[in-house]
Amino acid sequence: MSTNLTFEDWLALTQLYADYAAAVDSGDWDLWPEFFTDPCVYRLQPRENHERGFPLATLSFTSKGMLKDRAYGIKETLFHDPYYQRHVVGAPVVRSAENGRFTCEANYAVFRTKLSDASTVFNVGRYLDTVVRTPAGLKFASRECIYDSEMIPNSIIYPI
Amino acid sequence: MNEASAVFPREVHWEGDGTHRIPFLAYTSDELHKRELERFFYKGHWCYVGLEAEIPNPGDYQRTAVGERSVIMVRDAGGAINVLENVCAHRGMRFCRERHGNRKEFVCPYHQWSYTLKGDLQGVPFRRGVKQDGQVHGGMPADFKTADHGLTRLKVATRGGVVFASFDADVESFEDYLGPAILGYFDRLFNGRKLTILGYNRQRIPGNWKLMQENIKDPYHPGLLHTWFVTFGLWRADNKSQLKMDGRHRHAAMISTRGQAGNAEEVTQVSSFKASMQLNDASFLDIVPEPWWGGPTAVMTTIFPSVILQQQVNSVSTRHIQPNGHGSFDFVWTHFGFEDDSDEMTQRRLRQANLFGPAGFVSADDGEVIEFSQQAFESKPFHRALAELGGHEVENTEHMVTETLIRGMYRYWREVMEA
Repeated sequence: MSTNLTFEDWLALTQLYADYAAAVDSGDWDLWPEFFTDPCVYRLQPRENHERGFPLATLSFTSKGMLKDRAYGIKETLFHDPYYQRHVVGAPVVRSAENGRFTCEANYAVFRTKLSDASTVFNVGRYLDTVVRTPAGLKFASRECIYDSEMIPNSIIYPI
Repeated sequence: MNEASAVFPREVHWEGDGTHRIPFLAYTSDELHKRELERFFYKGHWCYVGLEAEIPNPGDYQRTAVGERSVIMVRDAGGAINVLENVCAHRGMRFCRERHGNRKEFVCPYHQWSYTLKGDLQGVPFRRGVKQDGQVHGGMPADFKTADHGLTRLKVATRGGVVFASFDADVESFEDYLGPAILGYFDRLFNGRKLTILGYNRQRIPGNWKLMQENIKDPYHPGLLHTWFVTFGLWRADNKSQLKMDGRHRHAAMISTRGQAGNAEEVTQVSSFKASMQLNDASFLDIVPEPWWGGPTAVMTTIFPSVILQQQVNSVSTRHIQPNGHGSFDFVWTHFGFEDDSDEMTQRRLRQANLFGPAGFVSADDGEVIEFSQQAFESKPFHRALAELGGHEVENTEHMVTETLIRGMYRYWREVMEA
Protein backbone atom coordinates (compact mmCIF):
# COMPACT_ATOMS: atom_id res chain seq x y z
CA MET A 1 0.00 0.00 0.00
CA SER A 2 1.08 3.51 -0.76
CA THR A 3 2.76 5.12 2.25
CA ASN A 4 1.44 8.65 1.85
CA LEU A 5 -2.17 7.60 2.29
CA THR A 6 -3.82 9.18 5.32
CA PHE A 7 -6.47 7.50 7.41
CA GLU A 8 -8.99 10.09 6.22
CA ASP A 9 -8.15 9.27 2.57
CA TRP A 10 -8.56 5.57 3.22
CA LEU A 11 -11.89 6.12 4.94
CA ALA A 12 -13.14 8.28 2.07
CA LEU A 13 -11.96 5.77 -0.55
CA THR A 14 -13.56 2.76 1.09
CA GLN A 15 -16.74 4.79 1.54
CA LEU A 16 -16.69 5.68 -2.18
CA TYR A 17 -16.37 2.01 -3.12
CA ALA A 18 -19.18 1.00 -0.80
CA ASP A 19 -21.42 3.84 -1.98
CA TYR A 20 -20.84 2.95 -5.64
CA ALA A 21 -21.76 -0.69 -5.04
CA ALA A 22 -24.87 0.31 -3.16
CA ALA A 23 -25.87 2.74 -5.93
CA VAL A 24 -25.52 0.30 -8.84
CA ASP A 25 -27.49 -2.31 -6.89
CA SER A 26 -30.24 0.12 -5.91
CA GLY A 27 -32.17 0.20 -9.17
CA ASP A 28 -31.96 4.00 -9.23
CA TRP A 29 -29.79 4.35 -12.33
CA ASP A 30 -29.58 8.14 -12.12
CA LEU A 31 -27.30 7.80 -9.10
CA TRP A 32 -24.59 6.14 -11.18
CA PRO A 33 -23.27 9.06 -13.34
CA GLU A 34 -22.83 11.20 -10.23
CA PHE A 35 -19.90 9.09 -9.10
CA PHE A 36 -17.84 10.36 -12.04
CA THR A 37 -16.04 13.53 -13.08
CA ASP A 38 -16.80 15.14 -16.43
CA PRO A 39 -15.05 14.16 -18.65
CA CYS A 40 -14.44 10.68 -17.31
CA VAL A 41 -13.71 7.16 -18.45
CA TYR A 42 -16.01 4.23 -17.83
CA ARG A 43 -15.14 0.99 -19.55
CA LEU A 44 -16.49 -2.52 -19.26
CA GLN A 45 -13.91 -4.65 -21.01
CA PRO A 46 -13.19 -8.37 -21.38
CA ARG A 47 -9.89 -9.33 -19.78
CA GLU A 48 -8.90 -10.88 -23.11
CA ASN A 49 -9.00 -7.51 -24.88
CA HIS A 50 -7.30 -5.75 -21.99
CA GLU A 51 -4.37 -8.17 -21.83
CA ARG A 52 -3.90 -8.49 -25.58
CA GLY A 53 -3.95 -4.73 -26.10
CA PHE A 54 -7.18 -4.68 -28.12
CA PRO A 55 -9.01 -1.41 -27.56
CA LEU A 56 -12.58 -2.74 -27.92
CA ALA A 57 -14.72 -2.60 -24.79
CA THR A 58 -18.19 -4.01 -24.27
CA LEU A 59 -19.15 -0.52 -23.13
CA SER A 60 -16.89 2.53 -23.38
CA PHE A 61 -17.97 5.98 -22.24
CA THR A 62 -15.92 9.16 -22.02
CA SER A 63 -18.28 11.73 -20.53
CA LYS A 64 -20.86 12.05 -17.80
CA GLY A 65 -23.34 12.75 -20.60
CA MET A 66 -22.72 9.30 -22.06
CA LEU A 67 -23.33 7.76 -18.65
CA LYS A 68 -26.61 9.66 -18.41
CA ASP A 69 -27.54 8.43 -21.88
CA ARG A 70 -26.86 4.88 -20.74
CA ALA A 71 -29.02 5.37 -17.63
CA TYR A 72 -31.79 6.68 -19.90
CA GLY A 73 -31.31 3.69 -22.22
CA ILE A 74 -31.67 1.27 -19.31
CA LYS A 75 -34.86 2.95 -18.17
CA GLU A 76 -36.51 3.76 -21.48
CA THR A 77 -35.12 2.12 -24.59
CA LEU A 78 -33.48 -1.24 -23.83
CA PHE A 79 -35.90 -4.14 -23.70
CA HIS A 80 -34.66 -6.72 -21.22
CA ASP A 81 -35.68 -9.24 -18.64
CA PRO A 82 -35.95 -7.53 -15.26
CA TYR A 83 -33.28 -8.61 -12.80
CA TYR A 84 -31.66 -7.67 -9.53
CA GLN A 85 -27.91 -7.38 -9.30
CA ARG A 86 -25.73 -7.55 -6.21
CA HIS A 87 -22.12 -6.41 -6.10
CA VAL A 88 -19.59 -7.81 -3.68
CA VAL A 89 -16.48 -5.60 -3.84
CA GLY A 90 -13.17 -6.26 -2.13
CA ALA A 91 -11.13 -3.67 -0.26
CA PRO A 92 -9.24 -1.44 -2.69
CA VAL A 93 -5.53 -1.85 -3.26
CA VAL A 94 -4.11 1.67 -3.44
CA ARG A 95 -1.22 1.79 -5.91
CA SER A 96 -0.50 5.48 -5.59
CA ALA A 97 -1.79 8.51 -3.76
CA GLU A 98 -0.52 11.93 -4.78
CA ASN A 99 -2.03 15.40 -4.77
CA GLY A 100 -5.58 14.20 -4.28
CA ARG A 101 -5.27 11.60 -7.03
CA PHE A 102 -5.46 7.89 -6.23
CA THR A 103 -4.91 4.90 -8.46
CA CYS A 104 -6.58 1.83 -7.00
CA GLU A 105 -7.82 -1.62 -7.85
CA ALA A 106 -10.50 -3.82 -6.32
CA ASN A 107 -11.91 -7.25 -7.07
CA TYR A 108 -15.62 -7.53 -7.71
CA ALA A 109 -18.25 -10.20 -8.19
CA VAL A 110 -21.74 -9.43 -9.41
CA PHE A 111 -24.61 -11.85 -8.86
CA ARG A 112 -27.75 -11.72 -10.95
CA THR A 113 -31.19 -12.77 -9.80
CA LYS A 114 -33.97 -13.01 -12.34
CA LEU A 115 -37.59 -13.18 -11.25
CA SER A 116 -38.71 -16.73 -10.40
CA ASP A 117 -35.14 -17.92 -10.81
CA ALA A 118 -32.02 -18.78 -8.82
CA SER A 119 -29.22 -16.30 -8.13
CA THR A 120 -26.20 -16.88 -10.39
CA VAL A 121 -22.70 -15.49 -10.79
CA PHE A 122 -23.09 -12.85 -13.48
CA ASN A 123 -19.82 -10.99 -13.95
CA VAL A 124 -16.49 -11.29 -12.13
CA GLY A 125 -13.45 -9.09 -12.48
CA ARG A 126 -11.56 -6.18 -11.07
CA TYR A 127 -11.89 -2.43 -11.14
CA LEU A 128 -8.91 -0.38 -12.30
CA ASP A 129 -9.61 3.10 -11.03
CA THR A 130 -8.36 6.64 -10.91
CA VAL A 131 -10.07 8.57 -8.13
CA VAL A 132 -9.71 12.33 -7.71
CA ARG A 133 -10.59 14.71 -4.93
CA THR A 134 -13.15 17.33 -6.00
CA PRO A 135 -15.14 19.97 -4.10
CA ALA A 136 -18.02 17.47 -4.15
CA GLY A 137 -15.87 14.72 -2.62
CA LEU A 138 -14.00 11.82 -4.22
CA LYS A 139 -15.06 10.97 -7.79
CA PHE A 140 -13.96 8.47 -10.38
CA ALA A 141 -11.98 10.11 -13.16
CA SER A 142 -11.68 6.63 -14.60
CA ARG A 143 -13.26 3.28 -13.77
CA GLU A 144 -12.36 0.30 -15.91
CA CYS A 145 -14.21 -2.93 -15.15
CA ILE A 146 -11.96 -5.68 -16.51
CA TYR A 147 -13.97 -8.88 -16.37
CA ASP A 148 -12.70 -12.45 -16.27
CA SER A 149 -16.10 -13.92 -17.18
CA GLU A 150 -15.56 -15.51 -20.57
CA MET A 151 -19.18 -15.65 -21.63
CA ILE A 152 -21.67 -12.93 -20.88
CA PRO A 153 -24.86 -14.76 -19.92
CA ASN A 154 -26.86 -13.31 -22.80
CA SER A 155 -26.68 -9.61 -21.99
CA ILE A 156 -25.50 -6.94 -19.60
CA ILE A 157 -27.94 -4.09 -19.13
CA TYR A 158 -27.20 -2.42 -15.80
CA PRO A 159 -23.88 -0.75 -14.87
CA ILE A 160 -21.18 -2.90 -13.27
CA MET B 1 -47.28 -46.84 -25.81
CA ASN B 2 -46.59 -45.74 -29.40
CA GLU B 3 -49.35 -43.16 -29.43
CA ALA B 4 -48.28 -39.92 -31.03
CA SER B 5 -48.02 -37.14 -28.48
CA ALA B 6 -50.13 -34.07 -29.14
CA VAL B 7 -47.80 -31.79 -27.20
CA PHE B 8 -44.41 -33.34 -27.93
CA PRO B 9 -44.48 -34.47 -31.57
CA ARG B 10 -41.54 -36.40 -33.03
CA GLU B 11 -42.03 -35.29 -36.61
CA VAL B 12 -41.94 -31.74 -37.90
CA HIS B 13 -45.22 -30.61 -39.39
CA TRP B 14 -45.27 -27.59 -41.71
CA GLU B 15 -48.65 -25.86 -41.94
CA GLY B 16 -49.78 -24.34 -45.21
CA ASP B 17 -47.99 -23.94 -48.50
CA GLY B 18 -44.34 -23.27 -47.82
CA THR B 19 -42.35 -21.97 -44.90
CA HIS B 20 -44.42 -19.11 -43.51
CA ARG B 21 -45.34 -21.12 -40.41
CA ILE B 22 -42.26 -22.48 -38.68
CA PRO B 23 -42.77 -25.42 -36.31
CA PHE B 24 -41.40 -24.85 -32.82
CA LEU B 25 -40.00 -28.37 -33.01
CA ALA B 26 -37.38 -27.07 -35.47
CA TYR B 27 -35.86 -25.22 -32.50
CA THR B 28 -36.28 -27.85 -29.79
CA SER B 29 -35.43 -31.27 -31.22
CA ASP B 30 -32.02 -32.76 -30.43
CA GLU B 31 -32.41 -35.11 -33.35
CA LEU B 32 -32.98 -32.26 -35.81
CA HIS B 33 -30.13 -30.31 -34.25
CA LYS B 34 -27.72 -33.16 -34.94
CA ARG B 35 -28.99 -33.39 -38.50
CA GLU B 36 -28.42 -29.64 -38.89
CA LEU B 37 -24.86 -29.94 -37.62
CA GLU B 38 -24.20 -32.76 -40.04
CA ARG B 39 -25.88 -31.28 -43.09
CA PHE B 40 -25.18 -27.55 -42.63
CA PHE B 41 -22.05 -27.21 -40.52
CA TYR B 42 -20.10 -30.34 -41.48
CA LYS B 43 -21.09 -31.01 -45.09
CA GLY B 44 -21.62 -28.99 -48.24
CA HIS B 45 -21.18 -25.61 -46.55
CA TRP B 46 -18.42 -23.14 -45.78
CA CYS B 47 -18.20 -22.03 -42.16
CA TYR B 48 -16.54 -18.88 -40.86
CA VAL B 49 -13.45 -19.49 -38.72
CA GLY B 50 -11.78 -16.09 -38.40
CA LEU B 51 -9.82 -13.25 -39.94
CA GLU B 52 -6.33 -13.48 -41.41
CA ALA B 53 -5.35 -10.46 -39.31
CA GLU B 54 -5.79 -12.59 -36.18
CA ILE B 55 -2.81 -14.72 -37.24
CA PRO B 56 -0.47 -12.36 -39.13
CA ASN B 57 2.82 -14.23 -38.60
CA PRO B 58 4.05 -17.77 -39.38
CA GLY B 59 3.21 -20.00 -36.41
CA ASP B 60 0.36 -17.79 -35.17
CA TYR B 61 -2.73 -19.76 -34.35
CA GLN B 62 -6.23 -19.14 -33.08
CA ARG B 63 -8.52 -21.79 -31.62
CA THR B 64 -12.06 -21.43 -32.92
CA ALA B 65 -15.02 -23.63 -33.90
CA VAL B 66 -16.94 -25.06 -36.81
CA GLY B 67 -20.38 -25.97 -35.52
CA GLU B 68 -19.68 -27.78 -32.25
CA ARG B 69 -16.23 -29.04 -33.34
CA SER B 70 -13.11 -27.30 -32.06
CA VAL B 71 -10.66 -26.28 -34.80
CA ILE B 72 -7.36 -24.43 -34.97
CA MET B 73 -6.70 -21.77 -37.58
CA VAL B 74 -2.93 -21.57 -38.05
CA ARG B 75 -0.48 -19.87 -40.40
CA ASP B 76 2.33 -22.20 -41.40
CA ALA B 77 5.99 -21.40 -42.13
CA GLY B 78 5.17 -20.78 -45.79
CA GLY B 79 2.48 -18.25 -44.86
CA ALA B 80 -0.46 -20.47 -45.85
CA ILE B 81 -3.48 -20.79 -43.57
CA ASN B 82 -4.46 -24.24 -42.39
CA VAL B 83 -7.53 -25.19 -40.39
CA LEU B 84 -7.03 -28.35 -38.32
CA GLU B 85 -9.44 -30.18 -36.08
CA ASN B 86 -8.43 -29.99 -32.44
CA VAL B 87 -8.57 -33.75 -31.88
CA CYS B 88 -5.38 -35.78 -31.42
CA ALA B 89 -5.18 -38.72 -33.81
CA HIS B 90 -4.11 -41.00 -30.96
CA ARG B 91 -6.55 -40.80 -28.04
CA GLY B 92 -8.80 -38.09 -29.39
CA MET B 93 -7.82 -35.46 -26.90
CA ARG B 94 -8.79 -31.85 -27.59
CA PHE B 95 -5.15 -30.96 -27.11
CA CYS B 96 -5.00 -27.25 -27.89
CA ARG B 97 -6.12 -25.41 -24.77
CA GLU B 98 -4.81 -21.86 -25.30
CA ARG B 99 -7.07 -19.72 -27.46
CA HIS B 100 -4.24 -18.14 -29.39
CA GLY B 101 -0.46 -18.16 -29.58
CA ASN B 102 2.52 -18.99 -31.74
CA ARG B 103 3.93 -22.49 -32.25
CA LYS B 104 6.40 -24.30 -34.49
CA GLU B 105 4.43 -27.51 -34.07
CA PHE B 106 1.46 -28.87 -32.15
CA VAL B 107 2.14 -31.44 -29.46
CA CYS B 108 -0.57 -33.34 -27.64
CA PRO B 109 0.54 -33.37 -23.97
CA TYR B 110 -1.00 -36.79 -23.25
CA HIS B 111 1.54 -38.94 -25.16
CA GLN B 112 3.57 -36.26 -26.92
CA TRP B 113 2.35 -36.99 -30.41
CA SER B 114 3.52 -34.05 -32.47
CA TYR B 115 2.12 -32.52 -35.63
CA THR B 116 3.33 -29.99 -38.16
CA LEU B 117 1.36 -26.79 -38.67
CA LYS B 118 -0.17 -28.49 -41.70
CA GLY B 119 -1.51 -31.22 -39.43
CA ASP B 120 0.90 -34.01 -40.47
CA LEU B 121 1.93 -36.42 -37.74
CA GLN B 122 5.70 -36.10 -37.36
CA GLY B 123 6.61 -37.77 -34.11
CA VAL B 124 5.34 -40.67 -32.00
CA PRO B 125 7.31 -41.43 -28.80
CA PHE B 126 8.53 -45.06 -28.51
CA ARG B 127 7.48 -45.70 -32.07
CA ARG B 128 10.40 -48.17 -32.43
CA GLY B 129 9.97 -49.51 -28.91
CA VAL B 130 12.46 -49.50 -26.06
CA LYS B 131 15.76 -51.37 -26.15
CA GLN B 132 16.46 -53.32 -22.97
CA ASP B 133 19.04 -56.07 -22.49
CA GLY B 134 19.63 -56.28 -26.23
CA GLN B 135 15.95 -56.73 -26.96
CA VAL B 136 13.37 -54.28 -28.39
CA HIS B 137 10.19 -54.09 -26.42
CA GLY B 138 6.91 -52.70 -27.66
CA GLY B 139 6.67 -49.92 -30.18
CA MET B 140 4.16 -49.35 -32.92
CA PRO B 141 3.49 -52.18 -35.38
CA ALA B 142 5.64 -52.29 -38.50
CA ASP B 143 2.69 -51.30 -40.68
CA PHE B 144 1.99 -48.13 -38.69
CA LYS B 145 2.36 -45.17 -41.02
CA THR B 146 2.48 -41.63 -39.66
CA ALA B 147 1.01 -40.46 -42.97
CA ASP B 148 -2.26 -42.20 -42.06
CA HIS B 149 -2.62 -40.41 -38.74
CA GLY B 150 -2.51 -36.69 -39.25
CA LEU B 151 -4.97 -34.24 -37.76
CA THR B 152 -8.19 -33.80 -39.67
CA ARG B 153 -7.48 -30.98 -42.06
CA LEU B 154 -10.31 -28.84 -43.36
CA LYS B 155 -10.62 -27.31 -46.77
CA VAL B 156 -9.84 -23.60 -46.51
CA ALA B 157 -11.04 -20.57 -48.45
CA THR B 158 -9.73 -17.08 -47.85
CA ARG B 159 -11.12 -13.96 -49.44
CA GLY B 160 -10.55 -10.34 -48.52
CA GLY B 161 -8.82 -11.37 -45.30
CA VAL B 162 -11.64 -13.62 -44.09
CA VAL B 163 -11.11 -17.33 -43.51
CA PHE B 164 -13.77 -19.97 -44.10
CA ALA B 165 -13.34 -23.72 -43.75
CA SER B 166 -15.22 -26.90 -44.55
CA PHE B 167 -14.94 -30.49 -43.39
CA ASP B 168 -16.30 -31.42 -46.83
CA ALA B 169 -13.54 -31.87 -49.43
CA ASP B 170 -16.18 -31.79 -52.17
CA VAL B 171 -17.76 -28.50 -51.18
CA GLU B 172 -18.31 -26.06 -54.05
CA SER B 173 -16.02 -23.02 -54.36
CA PHE B 174 -16.57 -20.27 -51.80
CA GLU B 175 -17.53 -17.89 -54.59
CA ASP B 176 -20.19 -20.27 -55.92
CA TYR B 177 -21.34 -20.89 -52.38
CA LEU B 178 -22.09 -17.21 -51.80
CA GLY B 179 -23.46 -16.57 -55.28
CA PRO B 180 -22.86 -13.33 -57.22
CA ALA B 181 -25.27 -11.02 -55.32
CA ILE B 182 -24.04 -11.86 -51.83
CA LEU B 183 -20.44 -12.06 -53.00
CA GLY B 184 -20.81 -8.46 -54.14
CA TYR B 185 -21.75 -7.33 -50.62
CA PHE B 186 -19.00 -9.49 -49.14
CA ASP B 187 -16.43 -7.82 -51.41
CA ARG B 188 -17.84 -4.36 -50.61
CA LEU B 189 -16.86 -4.85 -46.94
CA PHE B 190 -13.72 -6.92 -47.49
CA ASN B 191 -12.34 -5.08 -50.49
CA GLY B 192 -8.71 -6.13 -50.11
CA ARG B 193 -7.56 -3.62 -47.50
CA LYS B 194 -5.76 -5.21 -44.59
CA LEU B 195 -7.92 -5.52 -41.51
CA THR B 196 -6.94 -4.48 -37.99
CA ILE B 197 -8.44 -6.33 -35.04
CA LEU B 198 -10.14 -4.04 -32.49
CA GLY B 199 -11.20 -6.82 -30.12
CA TYR B 200 -13.82 -9.33 -29.07
CA ASN B 201 -17.10 -9.65 -27.26
CA ARG B 202 -18.43 -13.08 -26.27
CA GLN B 203 -21.91 -13.93 -25.15
CA ARG B 204 -23.83 -17.17 -24.59
CA ILE B 205 -27.40 -16.89 -25.74
CA PRO B 206 -29.83 -19.53 -24.46
CA GLY B 207 -31.72 -20.01 -27.70
CA ASN B 208 -31.52 -22.04 -30.89
CA TRP B 209 -28.77 -20.82 -33.23
CA LYS B 210 -31.17 -20.28 -36.16
CA LEU B 211 -32.94 -17.56 -34.20
CA MET B 212 -29.89 -15.34 -34.60
CA GLN B 213 -29.84 -15.87 -38.37
CA GLU B 214 -33.55 -15.05 -38.37
CA ASN B 215 -33.02 -11.94 -36.26
CA ILE B 216 -30.68 -10.53 -38.90
CA LYS B 217 -33.00 -11.62 -41.73
CA ASP B 218 -35.87 -9.76 -40.08
CA PRO B 219 -36.06 -6.06 -41.01
CA TYR B 220 -39.50 -5.86 -39.31
CA HIS B 221 -38.20 -5.69 -35.72
CA PRO B 222 -35.42 -3.05 -35.68
CA GLY B 223 -37.82 -0.16 -36.05
CA LEU B 224 -40.03 -1.55 -33.30
CA LEU B 225 -37.87 -3.29 -30.71
CA HIS B 226 -34.87 -1.00 -31.01
CA THR B 227 -36.12 2.38 -29.82
CA TRP B 228 -32.63 3.73 -30.21
CA PHE B 229 -32.53 2.97 -33.93
CA VAL B 230 -35.90 4.52 -34.56
CA THR B 231 -35.39 7.71 -32.63
CA PHE B 232 -32.08 8.55 -34.19
CA GLY B 233 -33.08 7.62 -37.70
CA LEU B 234 -30.66 4.74 -38.09
CA TRP B 235 -33.52 2.46 -39.04
CA ARG B 236 -36.68 4.03 -40.31
CA ALA B 237 -39.64 3.01 -42.39
CA ASP B 238 -38.69 5.59 -44.98
CA ASN B 239 -35.17 4.24 -45.30
CA LYS B 240 -34.42 3.23 -48.83
CA SER B 241 -33.85 -0.47 -48.50
CA GLN B 242 -33.41 -3.71 -50.34
CA LEU B 243 -33.49 -7.34 -49.33
CA LYS B 244 -31.43 -9.68 -51.47
CA MET B 245 -30.76 -13.42 -51.35
CA ASP B 246 -28.51 -15.88 -53.11
CA GLY B 247 -30.14 -18.25 -55.61
CA ARG B 248 -30.83 -20.84 -52.92
CA HIS B 249 -32.19 -18.30 -50.37
CA ARG B 250 -29.80 -19.34 -47.62
CA HIS B 251 -27.73 -16.16 -47.45
CA ALA B 252 -29.11 -12.65 -47.47
CA ALA B 253 -28.21 -8.99 -47.38
CA MET B 254 -30.38 -6.34 -45.73
CA ILE B 255 -29.32 -3.08 -47.35
CA SER B 256 -30.48 0.21 -45.92
CA THR B 257 -29.76 3.87 -46.53
CA ARG B 258 -30.48 6.22 -43.68
CA GLY B 259 -33.51 8.42 -44.42
CA GLN B 260 -32.72 12.11 -44.69
CA ALA B 261 -36.06 13.78 -45.29
CA GLY B 262 -38.98 14.47 -43.00
CA ASN B 263 -39.61 14.49 -39.32
CA ALA B 264 -38.63 11.13 -37.90
CA GLU B 265 -41.91 10.89 -35.98
CA GLU B 266 -44.09 11.33 -39.06
CA VAL B 267 -42.41 8.56 -40.95
CA THR B 268 -41.91 6.03 -38.21
CA GLN B 269 -45.40 5.92 -36.70
CA VAL B 270 -44.42 3.43 -34.09
CA SER B 271 -44.94 3.62 -30.37
CA SER B 272 -41.30 3.01 -29.59
CA PHE B 273 -40.40 6.39 -31.09
CA LYS B 274 -39.57 8.86 -28.34
CA ALA B 275 -39.80 12.42 -29.64
CA SER B 276 -38.39 13.91 -26.45
CA MET B 277 -35.31 11.73 -26.41
CA GLN B 278 -32.14 13.75 -26.75
CA LEU B 279 -28.63 12.50 -26.31
CA ASN B 280 -26.58 14.21 -23.65
CA ASP B 281 -23.51 13.25 -25.66
CA ALA B 282 -24.04 13.19 -29.41
CA SER B 283 -20.67 11.58 -30.09
CA PHE B 284 -22.38 8.14 -30.01
CA LEU B 285 -23.72 9.12 -33.42
CA ASP B 286 -20.72 10.88 -34.89
CA ILE B 287 -21.25 9.20 -38.24
CA VAL B 288 -18.85 9.91 -41.09
CA PRO B 289 -19.69 8.35 -44.47
CA GLU B 290 -16.89 6.27 -46.00
CA PRO B 291 -16.20 6.01 -49.74
CA TRP B 292 -16.41 2.20 -49.76
CA TRP B 293 -20.05 2.27 -48.60
CA GLY B 294 -21.09 3.27 -52.12
CA GLY B 295 -24.40 4.61 -50.76
CA PRO B 296 -25.93 2.26 -48.20
CA THR B 297 -25.39 3.25 -44.56
CA ALA B 298 -26.05 -0.27 -43.26
CA VAL B 299 -25.62 -3.69 -44.83
CA MET B 300 -26.25 -6.73 -42.66
CA THR B 301 -25.20 -9.92 -44.42
CA THR B 302 -26.21 -13.34 -43.13
CA ILE B 303 -23.98 -16.13 -44.39
CA PHE B 304 -25.65 -19.41 -43.63
CA PRO B 305 -25.12 -21.10 -41.27
CA SER B 306 -22.24 -19.63 -39.30
CA VAL B 307 -21.73 -15.89 -39.51
CA ILE B 308 -23.23 -12.44 -39.76
CA LEU B 309 -21.27 -9.61 -41.33
CA GLN B 310 -22.13 -6.26 -39.81
CA GLN B 311 -21.78 -2.83 -41.31
CA GLN B 312 -23.88 -0.38 -39.32
CA VAL B 313 -22.62 3.05 -40.26
CA ASN B 314 -18.96 3.12 -39.09
CA SER B 315 -19.14 0.00 -36.95
CA VAL B 316 -18.02 -3.19 -38.67
CA SER B 317 -17.77 -6.67 -37.19
CA THR B 318 -18.15 -10.36 -37.79
CA ARG B 319 -20.54 -12.23 -35.51
CA HIS B 320 -19.70 -15.92 -35.32
CA ILE B 321 -22.42 -18.43 -34.39
CA GLN B 322 -21.10 -21.45 -32.44
CA PRO B 323 -23.95 -23.74 -31.40
CA ASN B 324 -23.87 -25.79 -28.24
CA GLY B 325 -26.91 -28.03 -28.27
CA HIS B 326 -30.32 -27.18 -29.73
CA GLY B 327 -31.09 -24.54 -27.11
CA SER B 328 -27.92 -22.45 -26.85
CA PHE B 329 -25.16 -20.88 -28.89
CA ASP B 330 -22.08 -18.80 -28.30
CA PHE B 331 -22.02 -15.55 -30.22
CA VAL B 332 -18.53 -14.17 -30.79
CA TRP B 333 -18.16 -10.62 -32.07
CA THR B 334 -14.90 -9.60 -33.71
CA HIS B 335 -14.78 -5.85 -34.27
CA PHE B 336 -12.24 -4.65 -36.80
CA GLY B 337 -11.09 -1.67 -38.78
CA PHE B 338 -8.94 -1.11 -41.85
CA GLU B 339 -5.24 -0.43 -42.20
CA ASP B 340 -5.87 3.02 -43.67
CA ASP B 341 -8.16 4.19 -40.84
CA SER B 342 -7.15 7.44 -39.18
CA ASP B 343 -6.99 7.51 -35.39
CA GLU B 344 -10.23 9.47 -35.45
CA MET B 345 -11.93 6.75 -37.49
CA THR B 346 -10.66 4.04 -35.13
CA GLN B 347 -12.05 5.98 -32.15
CA ARG B 348 -15.34 6.44 -34.03
CA ARG B 349 -15.65 2.71 -34.73
CA LEU B 350 -14.94 1.96 -31.07
CA ARG B 351 -17.48 4.55 -29.87
CA GLN B 352 -20.18 3.25 -32.19
CA ALA B 353 -19.44 -0.26 -30.87
CA ASN B 354 -21.43 0.88 -27.80
CA LEU B 355 -24.54 0.33 -29.90
CA PHE B 356 -23.72 -3.32 -30.58
CA GLY B 357 -22.67 -6.44 -28.71
CA PRO B 358 -23.97 -8.06 -25.54
CA ALA B 359 -24.53 -4.72 -23.77
CA GLY B 360 -25.20 -2.60 -26.86
CA PHE B 361 -27.91 0.02 -26.98
CA VAL B 362 -29.54 -1.84 -29.86
CA SER B 363 -28.17 -5.40 -29.76
CA ALA B 364 -28.64 -6.43 -26.14
CA ASP B 365 -32.37 -6.75 -26.67
CA ASP B 366 -31.90 -9.17 -29.59
CA GLY B 367 -30.36 -11.77 -27.29
CA GLU B 368 -33.15 -11.23 -24.79
CA VAL B 369 -35.99 -11.81 -27.27
CA ILE B 370 -34.26 -14.95 -28.59
CA GLU B 371 -34.09 -16.35 -25.05
CA PHE B 372 -37.78 -15.72 -24.45
CA SER B 373 -38.83 -17.27 -27.76
CA GLN B 374 -36.83 -20.39 -26.94
CA GLN B 375 -38.52 -20.63 -23.53
CA ALA B 376 -41.93 -20.81 -25.17
CA PHE B 377 -40.78 -23.19 -27.93
CA GLU B 378 -39.62 -25.68 -25.32
CA SER B 379 -42.95 -25.59 -23.51
CA LYS B 380 -45.19 -26.29 -26.51
CA PRO B 381 -43.19 -27.78 -29.38
CA PHE B 382 -46.41 -28.76 -31.24
CA HIS B 383 -47.03 -25.07 -32.04
CA ARG B 384 -45.51 -22.87 -34.74
CA ALA B 385 -44.25 -19.32 -35.31
CA LEU B 386 -45.57 -17.02 -38.04
CA ALA B 387 -43.49 -15.35 -40.72
CA GLU B 388 -46.22 -13.99 -42.98
CA LEU B 389 -45.39 -10.30 -43.25
CA GLY B 390 -45.29 -9.62 -46.96
CA GLY B 391 -47.15 -12.84 -47.79
CA HIS B 392 -46.10 -16.45 -48.23
CA GLU B 393 -43.59 -15.98 -51.01
CA VAL B 394 -39.81 -15.93 -51.12
CA GLU B 395 -38.54 -13.01 -53.19
CA ASN B 396 -36.07 -10.14 -53.19
CA THR B 397 -37.73 -6.84 -52.32
CA GLU B 398 -37.15 -3.10 -52.49
CA HIS B 399 -38.66 -2.53 -49.04
CA MET B 400 -38.31 -3.93 -45.54
CA VAL B 401 -41.93 -4.61 -44.61
CA THR B 402 -41.56 -8.33 -45.12
CA GLU B 403 -40.28 -11.53 -43.54
CA THR B 404 -39.34 -12.97 -46.90
CA LEU B 405 -35.74 -13.69 -45.91
CA ILE B 406 -36.85 -15.93 -43.03
CA ARG B 407 -39.18 -17.81 -45.36
CA GLY B 408 -36.30 -18.13 -47.80
CA MET B 409 -33.96 -19.58 -45.19
CA TYR B 410 -36.54 -22.19 -44.22
CA ARG B 411 -37.24 -23.06 -47.83
CA TYR B 412 -33.54 -23.92 -48.06
CA TRP B 413 -33.64 -25.64 -44.65
CA ARG B 414 -36.43 -27.90 -45.87
CA GLU B 415 -34.60 -28.69 -49.12
CA VAL B 416 -31.55 -29.88 -47.20
CA MET B 417 -33.16 -31.39 -44.13
CA GLU B 418 -35.89 -33.30 -45.96
CA ALA B 419 -33.59 -34.63 -48.68
